[in-house]
Amino acid sequence: MMFSEFLEFIQANEGAPNGKPAPTTEPSEIIGTALSRVDGPLKTTGTAKYAADYNFKNMAYAVPVCATVASGKIRSIDTSRAEKMPGVVLVMHHGNAPQIFRNGNGGRNSENRPPFEDDVVSYWGQYVALAVAETFQQAQAAAAAVSVTYDADKFNVSALLDDAMPEIGQPDGPKVLSHRGDFEAAFASAPVKVDAVYRTPVETHNPMEMHGTVAVWDGKRFTLYESSQGVINHMNVLSQMLGVPKEDINVISKFIGSGFGGKLFPWPHSALAATAARQLNRPVKLSVNRKMMFSNVGHRPRTEQRMRLGATPDGKLLGLAQDYRNHTSLHDDIRENCGEATPFLYSTANLRVSSALVKRNVGTPTPMRGPGAVPGLFALESAMDELAIALKMDPVALRLALDTQTDESNGKPFSSRHLKECLQVGSEKFGWAKRTPEIGSMRGKSKDGDDVILGWGVACASWGASRGPSQASLSLLQNGRVRVSSGTQDIGTGTYTIVAQVVSDKTGIPIDRIDVLLGNSSFVPGPTSGGSTATATVVPSIADAANNAIAAMLQITGSAKNSPFAGKTPQDLAMTEGKVHLKDKPASSGVPFEEILKGANLASADGAGKSGGLGSDTKARDYSTHSFGAQFVEVEWDPGIARLRVSRVVSVVDGGRIINPKTATNQMAGAIVMGVGMGLFEETIYDPRNGHAINDNFADYVVPTIADTPQIDVHFLDIPDPQMGEYGARGIGEIGLAGIAPAITAAVYHATGVRVRELPVRIEDVLKAKVAV
Amino acid sequence: MEAFKFSRAATVDQAVAAHAGATTAIAETRFVAGGTTLIDLMKLSVERPKVVVDINGLPLDKVEATPEGGLRLGALTRNADVANHDVVKRDYAVLSEAILSGASPQLRNMATTGGNLLQRTRCPYFRDTAHACNKREPGSGCSAIGGHNRMLAVLGVSSDCIATNPSDQNVALVALEATIDIQGPSGKRSVPAGQFHLLPGTTPHRETALQPGEIITSVTLPKPIAGSKQFYLKLRDRAAYEFALSSTAVVIKLSGGKIEHVRIALGGVGTKPWRALEAEHELTGKSADAANFRIAAEAAMRDAKPASENGYKIELAKRCIVRALTNATVQA
Ligand SMILES: Cc1cc2nc3c(=O)[nH]c(=O)nc-3n(C[C@H](O)[C@H](O)[C@H](O)COP(=O)(O)OP(=O)(O)OC[C@H]3O[C@@H](n4cnc5c(N)ncnc54)[C@H](O)[C@@H]3O)c2cc1C
Ligand code: SF4
Repeated sequence: MMFSEFLEFIQANEGAPNGKPAPTTEPSEIIGTALSRVDGPLKTTGTAKYAADYNFKNMAYAVPVCATVASGKIRSIDTSRAEKMPGVVLVMHHGNAPQIFRNGNGGRNSENRPPFEDDVVSYWGQYVALAVAETFQQAQAAAAAVSVTYDADKFNVSALLDDAMPEIGQPDGPKVLSHRGDFEAAFASAPVKVDAVYRTPVETHNPMEMHGTVAVWDGKRFTLYESSQGVINHMNVLSQMLGVPKEDINVISKFIGSGFGGKLFPWPHSALAATAARQLNRPVKLSVNRKMMFSNVGHRPRTEQRMRLGATPDGKLLGLAQDYRNHTSLHDDIRENCGEATPFLYSTANLRVSSALVKRNVGTPTPMRGPGAVPGLFALESAMDELAIALKMDPVALRLALDTQTDESNGKPFSSRHLKECLQVGSEKFGWAKRTPEIGSMRGKSKDGDDVILGWGVACASWGASRGPSQASLSLLQNGRVRVSSGTQDIGTGTYTIVAQVVSDKTGIPIDRIDVLLGNSSFVPGPTSGGSTATATVVPSIADAANNAIAAMLQITGSAKNSPFAGKTPQDLAMTEGKVHLKDKPASSGVPFEEILKGANLASADGAGKSGGLGSDTKARDYSTHSFGAQFVEVEWDPGIARLRVSRVVSVVDGGRIINPKTATNQMAGAIVMGVGMGLFEETIYDPRNGHAINDNFADYVVPTIADTPQIDVHFLDIPDPQMGEYGARGIGEIGLAGIAPAITAAVYHATGVRVRELPVRIEDVLKAKVAV
Repeated sequence: MEAFKFSRAATVDQAVAAHAGATTAIAETRFVAGGTTLIDLMKLSVERPKVVVDINGLPLDKVEATPEGGLRLGALTRNADVANHDVVKRDYAVLSEAILSGASPQLRNMATTGGNLLQRTRCPYFRDTAHACNKREPGSGCSAIGGHNRMLAVLGVSSDCIATNPSDQNVALVALEATIDIQGPSGKRSVPAGQFHLLPGTTPHRETALQPGEIITSVTLPKPIAGSKQFYLKLRDRAAYEFALSSTAVVIKLSGGKIEHVRIALGGVGTKPWRALEAEHELTGKSADAANFRIAAEAAMRDAKPASENGYKIELAKRCIVRALTNATVQA
């Protein structure tokens, strides 16, 4: 999905009409403290309950039956054998399922076509039936016993995206997404040119926690235990799909074993579990298994990107074009925004980004960490590396020379762009000055003590920064604790912790007296956790709720009978370290807020918080807001055995103010490991003869292990963004991944002389290296 | 997974008797040792035994010296215990290294010497009942030829099956010239490790020399060759926890600068743990240098037949052989 579409989507959630400018005062020390996660002990002791951990009395288990053709119609479904098997209570399919509705304007769904709508199959693995039984084993056996025949049809899962289509800009041809000057003319006359096609594969999200739904129906209301990156959106969409009012659906996602974008929007299993629960009038658990994760819950779509760069011999960029395609499913048009960073990353007068979709018989693609930007930057940054080589320029120097403080796509200044500093700090930390540019010219020792060739590469990173509207509720309680809630969720990134820090900053109450409640759609609406916007979005509403609760507290203090400060106006009072005191007296002279509540016979002092999206902030609209970064990679290359390993990564990120360096560093380090996977291992492979994602398991879909983890050095510039609102914090979930893969392929080229333009880099590619064995 | 009967055998005879009823090579009765292959495949409905006999109670879990100066590994010895056994580390280092290069610590704690010998191929089509596979369903066809075969074999392939034997342990056992000790309804017998696994030919469902009712009781390692050096090298995409794209086990002895004795076995490239006889032949009596190693590597891969995606393995295996020989002789 386009980042802009995602922003529209989050802005569409209800919230406050107007954003507030950032306070100018510096926050207390708790902001910027490397606090361990407040939910850490729950996770390390196994007490945190994830969706599929919920069990209920009389619960039945559902197991889907998956299509074994990639295209066609179901000719027959024979459930007779399955229905007679022990424990089986229901076998549901398009012929007998209660109606599941399409999502109209509820929110954002993943697949527009609801499950079991008709007899059409459009990808291998699509759910065609659901077996429900007393035990999981019985349901599994029953699902295997359902016999389905198909009238198979022609299909296409080709990895080549070279389908014939009209010219760029023509009807049904590629769409022009960004345009300035006259690229073709500038490129034609450019003395130095790069013209190359880059390809990125289908990647499967594969969070540790697989998708799953436990649906409880009480005759009127649904409670859905989900692994969701957006409980409010999930409630909105399921309300439409199930045909029940929103107040009759409660979506709960207290803990999420990560999502990487794959859990932003509901997938068909959720409606299936709920429908089965309603029909059977009993709780139903449906766990999506690892195999289904490869076909039924989205993926990063395949891209093919032609990059053309024209330059002067001294490195001025005369023109830049990115003409790309990505595949999408038959039912849904998902445009991967590969041109996200292209229009503004480097200075050039002539530019064009065009985009086209090609249909494939695959499940619907969905955002995966840094959607668009990550594959897009692989192409852009690889082409920049090739340009530097063509110009015989240092790749860092070339990028420094092309830096700009104006977003040339719209003429706006950047709110806070420090790409240059990222490159400079990164060069310093990495030791870039020692790099010799000749291929295979650098030597080192591997961890095992073998002589290896070193390759060094660099790439820049960028990711949009924004925030949507959000709400929060906060109560100062008579027992001395604080309860704060919002209908957002912590997808494993540290949202619980950051919310607690903000509350502590505003109220002065220590973290261990703050209870953060997230992951419940019955709370006031908070944001979907995606696009690296959750922190920036939720923080201002939490701050607002805290400020309002404090105001209420001061009001109570002045007006309550028996109050030590009876008769004082809120203007005379302040709350510090959880104590209410006279503004001109120290906190130590004050009274703990809980004492005042007790005296006033009040359970709590409450505050509602509301904050608007960046788009509603009239001042911020005049700026271009993005995060930036620079990533440096070292690879070790042992040509004698074609062994390639990423040995060292330095990642420098300009992500606004860092609220918690520990959770933030954790995001960056994880992104580096994910980048190693993207660079060297990951690819979902569809068998062209049947459309099956044939490596749909963790033995055949290779992800990095601890042994593949390089030495990691993460550094944040930590410069608050004046336009981002509270604290000037931007999001940092995705930026850490953005430059890793192109920095790896640049390093591979430097070590081996092999330019890999199609990810991942495989042994097959580097075996061709000409470096003497 | 499908329902099955479960029993525990207390003696080898009981186990043999329980298994002897099986009529076909794709037996309806299965022993379970560590279970890391069998249970995995049962969950995928690739293995569908009617009867599962637990053999973990059998007294086959010892590592013992043999009168001939070798070492006997009981069939139920765990891979982790064998790899970390002092005598194995000292005299059969290639076996220790091979085992430790495979799977994960958790799996090695469960996996047994006997079970490892009989682990099944990782061919993705074998492991998914939606696809035709001659090994799983004789006569149904081979989906890997012309499909996703990047991981599969280039040596010993047939037009009916190109599946790799995925084991690391077995490669070392072949290089060490171990023997597999078997007990069955008609008594005991021993088979050399190099002959234990069968080429697929037209019967890829027949994988080993075992007959219905037969159980592996132990693996015997011969007396170590004095003065020999050993080395195991495994090449794969990532650094750990992945099956070999190519591996080499070397047992080599130099004498007066010349190669007096050499055994080379290859993993990841053959339909069975592959003894590189041609390479050994090229090296015997020659000096241990890079040129001769490369000649040997060429000889080893001369008969390789690549499929659509795995041609790279031929060059990779050659480099693997050269490096393994180099490392083994550098130590020498
Ligand atoms: C994720 C994963 C990764 C792995 N990676 C590697 C790797 O990198 N390298 C590697 O070499 N291996 C690897 N393995 C395979 C592993 O080594 C084998 O699964 C293990 O060795 C099998 O031993 P087991 O005792 O668990 O066998 P079981 O599963 O108990 O048995 C396997 C087969 O042997 C039969 N059997 C067992 N014992 C006897 C006996 N005494 N006599 C007759 N028949 C018997 C059983 O009936 C069954 O058919 C991996 C496995 C997994 C699951
Ligand atoms: S290679 Fe062998 S195991 Fe794989 S599909 Fe073909 S017959 Fe089956």
